[in-house]
Amino acid sequence: MSLLSVRNLQVLFAGEHGEFAAVDDVSFDLAPGEVLGIVGESGSGKSVTALSIMGLLPRPPARVARGSIVFEGEDLLRYGERDLRRIRGPGIGMIFQEPMTSLNPVFTIGDQLMETVRVHERAGQKRQRDRAVEMLDKVGIAGAERRLDDYPHQLSGGMRQRVMIAMALICNPRLLIADEPTTALDVTIQQQILELLLDLREEFRMAIMIITHNMGVVAETADRVIVMYAGRLVEQAPVDGLFARPAHPYTRGLLDSIPKLSDERERLKTIPGTLPNPASVPPGCRFEPRCAWRVGACAAAVPPLAAIAAGHDSACIRHRELPVQ
Amino acid sequence: MAEAVATLDPQASVAAAAPRRSPRWATLRRLLRHRSFQTGLVLFAIILVAALFAPMITPSDPTKLAMRARFKPPSWDFLFGTDNLGRSQLSRVVYGAQLSLMIGTAVVVINAVFGTLIGSLSGYFRRLDNMLMRINDAIMAFPAILLAIGVAAVLGRSMPNMILALSIVYIPRTARIVRSSVIVIRQMEYVQAAVAAGAGHWRILRRHILPNSMAPLLVQLSFLFAYAVLTEATLSFLGLGAEPPTPTWGNIMAEGRQYMREAPWIIAIPGAALAITVMALNLLGDGLRDILDPRLRIQQ
Repeated sequence: MSLLSVRNLQVLFAGEHGEFAAVDDVSFDLAPGEVLGIVGESGSGKSVTALSIMGLLPRPPARVARGSIVFEGEDLLRYGERDLRRIRGPGIGMIFQEPMTSLNPVFTIGDQLMETVRVHERAGQKRQRDRAVEMLDKVGIAGAERRLDDYPHQLSGGMRQRVMIAMALICNPRLLIADEPTTALDVTIQQQILELLLDLREEFRMAIMIITHNMGVVAETADRVIVMYAGRLVEQAPVDGLFARPAHPYTRGLLDSIPKLSDERERLKTIPGTLPNPASVPPGCRFEPRCAWRVGACAAAVPPLAAIAAGHDSACIRHRELPVQ
Repeated sequence: MAEAVATLDPQASVAAAAPRRSPRWATLRRLLRHRSFQTGLVLFAIILVAALFAPMITPSDPTKLAMRARFKPPSWDFLFGTDNLGRSQLSRVVYGAQLSLMIGTAVVVINAVFGTLIGSLSGYFRRLDNMLMRINDAIMAFPAILLAIGVAAVLGRSMPNMILALSIVYIPRTARIVRSSVIVIRQMEYVQAAVAAGAGHWRILRRHILPNSMAPLLVQLSFLFAYAVLTEATLSFLGLGAEPPTPTWGNIMAEGRQYMREAPWIIAIPGAALAITVMALNLLGDGLRDILDPRLRIQQ
């Protein structure tokens, strides 16, 4: 049974000219212990999907119009604020993009870690402190005991992200949502944080949903990948299958725009055009205006997500015709 | 070699560089080094000490008449001179300071409590925002002095009523300040992170939002103290403050106005006391703003 199952999720945002769908008809599953990568450019709906799972959508302007988000057999969309609070932390933890502003500047990190324990459990001061030290140790912060009394401004970006991870994991969640966890960090630190996340997955036996626009991060960490474009899911596949045979022109575009370390220096490939305005999306395939393989049928109807191999789905009607790379 | 590697460890070097001290102490030290904060602090301390130790430093009861010593100019016998009834100006101005500071303190405390309450409810629970802010706007639509005159006139002359009138006038302004900083802070990622960790509204307000939105309020409260003292003096000048013979800076100046040509010290000395107090509080506020308000700090 899957840990998390999202079905036909549609999230509407109120805009100047009525509502538009930031996430439209998105379905996917996540098995216990699995690492799922969600990729797409800014505005593709990946963060909105994550926020809907956490029940953190800004309401208004956003609202979930359709669908279900079933976590361990319970539909989170039917949950009230009180039940959601119970899930946040011990059920689903989340880390954010910007480690520099993700910690409260007026409290020590020990204070903040211990508070997170306090929110969910009755534990004495001593036990809270022990847990905090243990977690800091696990996320690889040297001298954890001493570090508890540090304020966030005394830590570097990489260390703050480690503290954020410690805070998200201190209640042993079954699922960790990591929204661009390494985007704001130096490249060397990025690598360390990704390795840390994978190590912790083993240790805590949790599933990870890693949201990123960086195909490299996906290749290194994910078991399975979902590609989103303009609020829709356009391809999902095991990570090997996706890199070996990308079956959607958009995925190919993303892969082509990664700089390669080969001898021939050529211009970096880009995808022409920009994301459609969410208030007036194309009627058919949303990628159609930018697609090099488009035909008349592409603009006629929304192409359904179809299986092309085991566990590999594509929303391109011409996926069979795409040249093998 | 092993040592060289150890010193390159980024965590070790950060630990060595950062002093292990609460940011609050650093802020306090910076405040005490700030020039206008220092000046304001000294001036305000003088007024405060005079008011606190009024019975010890005043030569006579502020209401004691001495018909033979009317209109004495400042001298060694009467440091600030005497008024039209021969009362010691020094006593009257010092007791007036006591009253002004008591009213100012009470208004500041009441504003801090209710301004924070209304402002944070309004900024955090957006559903309450519209209602609370429209009430606020309605009160703020009246000019401060006019509203204070109205309230004081309806309630009658007494110190609690004066405090109430000034609070009604200034709470909406304080609430606005708190509201706007709450709105900024609630968007911060650490607030989102706290929500994502399962914290409830009350905990988020108390632990994450309020402590981080206090800086603008603190700055505002020091200016508010000045406004409260000034408005109180205005109201008692207009005859809406404490009943004579209780001395207030406002009613001493009102009486002194009639003798401005013959005995200018009667109006000038409480006027100067008022000006010094207001200036001291403004200097304090300027210092607080320079040190506490991050937007201005970046420009420095």
